Amino acid sequence: MLTLDTIVAPVTPPGEGGVAIVRLSGPQAFTYLKKSFRSKTKRKEFESHRLYYGQLFNADEVRLDEVLAVVMRSPRSYTGEDVVEVHCHGGIQLVRSVLDLFLSAGARMATPGEFTQRAFLNGRLDLSQAEAVVDVIKARSERSGQVALDQLEGQLSRKIYRYSDQLKSALALLEAHIDFPDDEVGSLDLTSLVEPIHAQVDEMVALASSFDVGRVLREGVSILILGRPNVGKSSLMNALLGESRAIVTDVAGTTRDTLEEPLVLAGFPVRLIDAAGVRETDDPVEKEGVRRASSKARSADLILLVVDGSTPLSAEDRLAIGQCQVDKTIVVVNKSDQPQCIDHGQLAEFSHKVPVSAKQITGLDSLCTVIAERLGQDSLSAAGEGFVVTEKRHKDALLRAIASLNAFFEGVRVSAPYECLAMDLREGLNSLGLITGETTPDEILDQIFSRFCIGK
Amino acid sequence: MGEKYDVIVVGAGHAGCEAALAVARMGCRALLLTLNLDAVAQMSCNPAIGGLAKGHLVREIDALGGEMARNIDATGIQFRLLNTKKGPAVRASRAQADRDLYRARMKQVVEAQPGLDLKQGQVVRLLVEGGRVTGVETRDGLLFESLAVVLTTGTFMRGLIHVGLVNYPGGRAGEPPSEGLSDHLRELGFMVGRLKTGTPPRLAAETIDFSALEAQPGDDSPQPFSADTELIDRPQVPCHITYTNEKTHEVIRGGLDRSPLYSGVIEGVGPRYCPSIEDKVVRFPEKEQHQIFLEPEGLTSGEIYPNGVSTSLPVDVQLDYLRTMKGLEKVEIMRPGYAIEYDYVDPIQLHPSLETKLVNGLYHAGQVNGTSGYEEAAGQGLMAGINAALQIQGREPVVIGREQGYLGVLIDDLVNLGAKEPYRMFTSRAEYRLLLREDNADQRLSPLGYEVGLLPEERWLRFSAKLASLEEGRERLRVTRISPGNQEAIKRLGLPDLKNGASLEELLRRPELKLADLEFLDPWLAGLSSEVRHELETEVKYAGYIRRQREQVERFRRLEDLVIPAGFDYGSVGSLSAEVREKLMNVAPRTLGQAGRIPGVTPAAIAILSVILKR
Repeated sequence: MLTLDTIVAPVTPPGEGGVAIVRLSGPQAFTYLKKSFRSKTKRKEFESHRLYYGQLFNADEVRLDEVLAVVMRSPRSYTGEDVVEVHCHGGIQLVRSVLDLFLSAGARMATPGEFTQRAFLNGRLDLSQAEAVVDVIKARSERSGQVALDQLEGQLSRKIYRYSDQLKSALALLEAHIDFPDDEVGSLDLTSLVEPIHAQVDEMVALASSFDVGRVLREGVSILILGRPNVGKSSLMNALLGESRAIVTDVAGTTRDTLEEPLVLAGFPVRLIDAAGVRETDDPVEKEGVRRASSKARSADLILLVVDGSTPLSAEDRLAIGQCQVDKTIVVVNKSDQPQCIDHGQLAEFSHKVPVSAKQITGLDSLCTVIAERLGQDSLSAAGEGFVVTEKRHKDALLRAIASLNAFFEGVRVSAPYECLAMDLREGLNSLGLITGETTPDEILDQIFSRFCIGK
Repeated sequence: MGEKYDVIVVGAGHAGCEAALAVARMGCRALLLTLNLDAVAQMSCNPAIGGLAKGHLVREIDALGGEMARNIDATGIQFRLLNTKKGPAVRASRAQADRDLYRARMKQVVEAQPGLDLKQGQVVRLLVEGGRVTGVETRDGLLFESLAVVLTTGTFMRGLIHVGLVNYPGGRAGEPPSEGLSDHLRELGFMVGRLKTGTPPRLAAETIDFSALEAQPGDDSPQPFSADTELIDRPQVPCHITYTNEKTHEVIRGGLDRSPLYSGVIEGVGPRYCPSIEDKVVRFPEKEQHQIFLEPEGLTSGEIYPNGVSTSLPVDVQLDYLRTMKGLEKVEIMRPGYAIEYDYVDPIQLHPSLETKLVNGLYHAGQVNGTSGYEEAAGQGLMAGINAALQIQGREPVVIGREQGYLGVLIDDLVNLGAKEPYRMFTSRAEYRLLLREDNADQRLSPLGYEVGLLPEERWLRFSAKLASLEEGRERLRVTRISPGNQEAIKRLGLPDLKNGASLEELLRRPELKLADLEFLDPWLAGLSSEVRHELETEVKYAGYIRRQREQVERFRRLEDLVIPAGFDYGSVGSLSAEVREKLMNVAPRTLGQAGRIPGVTPAAIAILSVILKR
């Protein structure tokens, strides 16, 4: 075992949760716990993987909190080292004091991802699992949690193994014709070799492009609320957030800058952005706000264009409409609780229109459904089989493999020698090997021997 | 007590001869001990040198200053360039040898070599003191002292010959095995395993109807293997081709109950790429025929080697199935085919210098390491000889990289992967195949051969001259241009209008143009040797691929340059699984790159090691 120090960090997210968990990992973890943990029944040793109830005292014998503690003896722990987890009450102050307790005992604050790094270094996780764990930790909603879990269980690996198998088999065929005379292996039909790889590259391209969806699932979809001043954007945001976060007044231009709030909407992690109202203005502060809203409209994943159903569309409304890309816009017709006199003909280009009343909080359910539909369509369908690439390393590996295979196609087109074609195939295989592990020449030879009657 | 030598080489096969010659040529005193002086450099199996990937090895042996290429050039009776329709990197030379002449010439070269004694004797024991070899003992009780020993025992250690269900000890047809030595190696602590190989029956030429068969002639202008050979002007003899048929397969299937292979008598592992005819029939029942080459054993020999019907079936079955084939209806067998089991020492116990990890000064080369093939054996013999001599001279061993030569691939594979079945070279084993061409073997390895003192001065000067003309050739291709106004040349080459003209190099990149087409634009190029012209053309035509391969090599070198300190304590790395740790301790890789090539050592383990090594 490497001689490492003992590290400590809270493993639950910061904030006002009811319970927080502080984890220690390293050779001194048990010692540090014993120093400060008291329980009614006296014990010399903790049994591994058992929960103990007790009190935590600091060096001055001041009681900090009542806690549950569990010890996990090496190697049967997350990091593979001796691990202690202390379940204390939540709250920034309290967690801070528990941390201080262990830090003053001699532990070192863990750097981000260090527990996972140790798990990896101790052989508890392979590289792609370690990455997926980081994703699980980062996942902020059920759905993206699922993506991370799928990856953990190797769905991505399975898919890439399949690609890799197909390339292996093509390479074996090619190599057989390089390393053995035609009288033993027959002549090579390049077309039948190339066709399945063509189909596969298409699939790989789709998988690689799903990386952007994977990013969305990890970092959240950005949804911009756009509309003329005082149309009810902030009210809609508040309604969606379920709390009064944005400033709501009747004075046009109250929201001068953009506000951004994370939330989970229909199972998707979302960053909801409230932009300043769009109108012609001379106020320099507001002008800046409007400019930012326009640029946000370009970069947002989805736009909620808010219009007032109780009045006809104004010039300012049309200014806002002009900022929207039709295909990523949902029109929210606000104030559905009042008599409607909006001309829907002027909004005909938008296929999604949802009446809501932000004030009465009605119609929000159907809005959420439409949003979910839109996100679901864009994202999960992109990769087929609902599978997405979330790790940049995987995307890069796929892109590199695709580039090699395109070079292979080009080589076939100009009748490059077999060994050059084989080089492209092998390069493609090696790129996938960054995910699946390397393909050795022996594996290729194995395939050749099992498929061809070789040798004199 | 016999004489004292610097290096004793045990066994005078293809590995032993190269080893002994290298040692003596590098200025050390060498003794070559062999069981039978009449079988020096004997070709136990087919009478041919070279072939796909093997031709590359022969060229590399020549580039370093070895003998094999010169020997086949002097005794070959049919030369062919293979894979000519495939790419430049996998084109390979092959030649049929006159078996008797090949053996006789090599023996003469060995005998004439100053500083090298050739003696008959069976080594039964190594003398080892304090973990270092100090000599050998023969069955006759003679002791020979030396500073190093190279073991090249081939198939002789506990050799067991099978013909049908009959078996008897033998190292080769008609020759006794070497008993005792492998037991002694076991006692020294070596892992000794058992492999199997086979050979076809030899046929009486006068009983074959060649007129009914398709002839396969050699190339019109035979290309020599060695840079020392100017011209091959001996008459070339053809091979002939026949085929097995359904009847053949039926006879073979009928004899399987008396096959030592299928009745479980043979325990050694055989080579999958060199299956017996019974193996082919059983494993690929859908194949209606197998091609058989009838190769002459020599200009004066009355024996024919039927390439493709290696077998261990009983002699009566051998004769029956042979006679089902066209041209062989009345054939007589002169020597039966047989399988042979023999002891080998797993090469995972070797350093990349081919010195054993267990006994200092002891080197293993050739079939004893689990390889098959004359060329593989000779290549190892050469490297073992070079490294033994270097050790005696107090110099660092030479290890050829995987990107440097097939010899490097061969030895790296052996010491990292071990040998579970007889190892044969294939071009697909070389990751950097495009760089490892027959035509540039000298540029890859001759500087090394010269540096260690094996390649003679005269040869070095010729090599340097070739380098110079290559360099000038490259320069001329770059600077010689065809101007837009040179309508005559443009028309002659069938080119579209060239607005800005083009250099010869640019023109040569066009798939339809060859260097020969362009030589009228710079007659100096036409005066170059065909070898240099071929190389210039290859470099230009495949420049893109070659450049990419060089980039791959550079990435590979990065891991290869991360040295793992000798005696690194894998036990202290708790993060490695017990299995991985054991494999690493077994092989004791010298670099992180080498560690990554050990089967079962995972990328995660390499990541862990790289973190630790960088700490």
